[in-house]
Amino acid sequence: MKISEIRDLLGAAVLCGDEMDRDILSACGSDMMSDVLAYVKNQAVLLTGLVNPQVIRTAVMMDMICIIFVRSKQPSAQMIEFAEENGLTVLTTPLRMYEACGKLYAAGLKGNGEVNE
Amino acid sequence: MSEPLKFTYSVDGDNFTSAGQASVQVKKVLRRLGLDPETIRRVSIAMYEGEINMVIHAGGGEAEVLIHEDCVEIILRDKGPGIADIEQAMQEGFSTAPDNIRSLGFGAGMGLPNMKRYTDDMQIESQVGVGTTITMRVNL
Ligand SMILES: Nc1ncnc2c1ncn2[C@@H]1O[C@H](COP(=O)(O)OP(=O)(O)OP(=O)(O)O)[C@@H](O)[C@H]1O
Ligand SMILES: [Mg+2]
Repeated sequence: MKISEIRDLLGAAVLCGDEMDRDILSACGSDMMSDVLAYVKNQAVLLTGLVNPQVIRTAVMMDMICIIFVRSKQPSAQMIEFAEENGLTVLTTPLRMYEACGKLYAAGLKGNGEVNE
Repeated sequence: MSEPLKFTYSVDGDNFTSAGQASVQVKKVLRRLGLDPETIRRVSIAMYEGEINMVIHAGGGEAEVLIHEDCVEIILRDKGPGIADIEQAMQEGFSTAPDNIRSLGFGAGMGLPNMKRYTDDMQIESQVGVGTTITMRVNL
């Protein structure tokens, strides 16, 4: 699933990153960073309601390519700058975690255990 | 055998916002050295978990990363409270993190198990009231 499709499905605003054509192969939704760090998959997106620099660092450590903040959470300018330096796309959606994950899953984006071909 | 490349970092225990910066630096260094991405990811995640643990459980410490010919070695030393029961601490889901740490996204009790999972070898030496040293190795 392309980042542009995710953006449209979630009615999300793009905070940084311009590679809307990049393909996302798996997704993970959590507010606990060590849960996220437990399951590495390539070209993954992270959905979270947590807003602090550790979210961006976690995504960088895992080579993720996109972060989506739910419930219209706004990361600081510093966080966005750090994400941008590391080639991450950052989105923010008004949807809640459950709804955001549900929409992506229903549209065919699989989770950690069952990566898209 | 040539001398290993060595990098040392001091990890500030009073500043949660900066926790993880040493791991970010190490990731950059390993990329510059041209290590393969999977190895870099494993080293980064293991060190990041350990670095966060030093900040939230031990009031900071020191991190040392050695790049040997056949492995990357990560040594994390702190003078924190120590771990009384290492076997228990290694269990998935075991955490003593208070609510304020949980609200920052940590305290799932997954850090130590993750460190073990992503490395080829991990040794914990800990003494209550003295501190903890964790040595991890990722083979190249
Ligand atoms: N450096 C340390 N000094 C003292 N105690 C530690 C240290 N590292 C871990 N511990 C203890 O071991 C427990 C388990 O650590 P672990 O990293 O697995 O989980 P956590 O840090 O509580 O949560 P998470 O890593 O999922 O955010 C901690 O809750 C803490 O009690
Ligand atoms: Mg931990």
